[in-house]
Amino acid sequence: MSEKALEGTKVLEYASFISGPYCSKLLADLGAEVIKIERTGVGDEARRRGPFLGDIPHPERSGLFLYLNTNKKGITLDPETQTGRKIFLELVRWADILIEDKPPKEMEELGFTYDKLKEINPQLIMTSITPFGQTGPYRDYKAYPLNVVHGAGSGYLAPGGSQNLEREPVKSTSFSDDAACGISAAFATICALLPRWSTGVGQYIDVSKQEALMAMDQVELCQYPNEGKVASRKVDPRMAIRVTPCKDGDMMIIAMDDRQWKGLVSMMDEPEWTKDEIFKDILSRMQHMGEMLKNVAPWAMQHTRDEMYHTGQERGAPVAPIRSIEEAANWQQFKERDFFVEIDHPKAGRISYPSAPYKLSKTPWEGGAAPLLGQHNEEVYSTLLGYSKEDIVMMREAGVI
Amino acid sequence: MNSALEGIRIADFSQFWAGPYAVTLLTYMGAEAIKIESTKRHDGTRDISMTTGRRYAGLESSLPFAEICANRLNVALDITKPKGAELAKRIVQVSDIVVQNFTPGTMDRLGLGYEDLKEIKPDIIYLSSSAVGTTGPERNYRGFAPLFCNQSGASHITGYADGEPVTMGGKIDILSAMTSAFAILAALNHRQKTGEGQHIDVSSTESISALIGDVFMDYTMNARSQTRKGNRDNIMAPHNCYRCKGEDKWISIAISNDDEWRAFVDAIGNPEWAKDGRLSDAYSRKANEEELDRLISGWTINHTHYEAMEILQKAGVAAMPSFSSVELLSDPHFKARERAVELEHPVIGKITMLTPPWKLSETPARVSSPASLLGQHNSYVFGELLGMSQEEIKALAEEQVIY
Repeated sequence: MSEKALEGTKVLEYASFISGPYCSKLLADLGAEVIKIERTGVGDEARRRGPFLGDIPHPERSGLFLYLNTNKKGITLDPETQTGRKIFLELVRWADILIEDKPPKEMEELGFTYDKLKEINPQLIMTSITPFGQTGPYRDYKAYPLNVVHGAGSGYLAPGGSQNLEREPVKSTSFSDDAACGISAAFATICALLPRWSTGVGQYIDVSKQEALMAMDQVELCQYPNEGKVASRKVDPRMAIRVTPCKDGDMMIIAMDDRQWKGLVSMMDEPEWTKDEIFKDILSRMQHMGEMLKNVAPWAMQHTRDEMYHTGQERGAPVAPIRSIEEAANWQQFKERDFFVEIDHPKAGRISYPSAPYKLSKTPWEGGAAPLLGQHNEEVYSTLLGYSKEDIVMMREAGVI
Repeated sequence: MNSALEGIRIADFSQFWAGPYAVTLLTYMGAEAIKIESTKRHDGTRDISMTTGRRYAGLESSLPFAEICANRLNVALDITKPKGAELAKRIVQVSDIVVQNFTPGTMDRLGLGYEDLKEIKPDIIYLSSSAVGTTGPERNYRGFAPLFCNQSGASHITGYADGEPVTMGGKIDILSAMTSAFAILAALNHRQKTGEGQHIDVSSTESISALIGDVFMDYTMNARSQTRKGNRDNIMAPHNCYRCKGEDKWISIAISNDDEWRAFVDAIGNPEWAKDGRLSDAYSRKANEEELDRLISGWTINHTHYEAMEILQKAGVAAMPSFSSVELLSDPHFKARERAVELEHPVIGKITMLTPPWKLSETPARVSSPASLLGQHNSYVFGELLGMSQEEIKALAEEQVIY
């Protein structure tokens, strides 16, 4: 029996929707014990967002919620009530890590600032994930994932390859950027955890989603101070990464360095046009990308994506198809690696979930169901915190839990 | 305690972005990294930018390289020669973590695979980052960021509803790198508790698919294969980017409930059209989204994006400009948070970089230098760290094992 990588780590999550929950999901899936606090009655925002099983809205059948909350224990609690506040603090005492995503003002009003919580648990690691961080003029600004993506300069770069700037910049797909902020926060959190085991030193981590995303576009953003160039979504004609249509869809080709170009030429069985002077070296090829694509197209239209993919890759050309969601979900490579795993859930049944992109040889990732709303109230309140059955009934009636 | 990962050393055999940036993230937190390259097989980021097509003169003038491979030592060592591989092993012996992203199988052929290194350093944490993973029928296939994005399903659902799929580039590598860095930390936590090292196999393509789990759930639950929808949301409206006064200026506005809608309508001066019953509830706004977007654009076009942001934020409405780099780096919030730092590079000169994106109260994350020159730390690593004599080093340099 192998131990899990983060076994013995106690995490309290007071977060909703994407970034915060994804951050603690990453920890939970590697063995941390995560107790997720949801507001009494309504629960996590993701519960009222689709996709829903069978397209029928139901708080226990949201694919978004189910995916982002695997392996967690769920309790309901209203920290605005006196008793709720007291219980929150008891849970803070229990936890190694608190992950929260509330507006800074809200945490201050509740008395849940790090300085206050540290008095209760001096070794606490507290990670706050907010759109713009805990300081600065935009600290209290409201931002949904869409606004964060654009406010971080990420939207301005997309869709990359635009022919003109008359159309609007667009966000990244679905909630991918908000999830990415969750990974960034999880990374920083474990960095704080490692020395804590030996030193006992807790700390506060201020994660601004805007900054987390800016860091991912650092090379583009810093072109301005370093080269005086403002990166935008407008296509650079020299870009060596291009899409060509083929018999059954779109194929991306990269023919930058000599080795890649040779692979591409070999994939097409060395047609005459490839011997032209303008394709002789990398610089010249990049100046004549348009010519190259015009010449590749007729050949590509005679071949399927699979033919191009396998032949090209075997001959050293980095080429790959643009897969739809359906195609990706059914891709043999994903299947052979068990990227999708089935997880049983009391209300949603047995469905397939994406697992994790890493395989740790000694401490494997493991799937487990997301909690029902308040599913672990009994366990947490009575077993962990020692409340009696009667207390729990009274708290439930009072709307605390 | 100065930094979180003090005393952790990384032998970095990786190249391009996805591997190196994972190492950079760890160095931000205090790990010491040694990048192992050779003149013959140097990191491709030194030569050329795939996205801008820019070719750099020599090996030391690439800005992307200076930024992506920041904060670490550099040795020039030819690991394809047996003596070079032996030296690489000695570096591994004094390291905690190995990071590599060659095509699967390459390191094994050089005698530097996980099984080889585990022999000499049993608790090593060894990360292999690759296009589609080190197992499965396509494990030997090559890829770069755009291909990871395309194979992951993400490109196909990014972009305008009536446009082409959108492939993201550099950022995709960074996302894969963050995933790798997180997995390394988890393994480090396990090693700290049990003394046990392990191998980590990261698929860059899977690292992107994992970020759109909800979209895949829609497929596994409902057999729906989602497509592109620009800035739009499944239930919120308005939820888009609107043109403002000026050249290529835009503001993103997102409204999730009736309270926010009323605040929005008030803030823009209660125009006639907003009284239309067809826009009064969330359902009708979503149903009439095209028209709604057109009407809102009629208001935004008369304001700068900063004006619109201030008016709407004051009313409690989520609105942020779609900032360009030049705007972001001079923005008051960015300045107040002190997010840029100027560093000195021996060949390029001054380089502006962003500081690491987290504020840790006890163990601050730091970027202290841009990438080192090829072989800049040969004498420190081979001499001081490995304790080799000057004669030994000289002899190996003559054999072109060390450059």
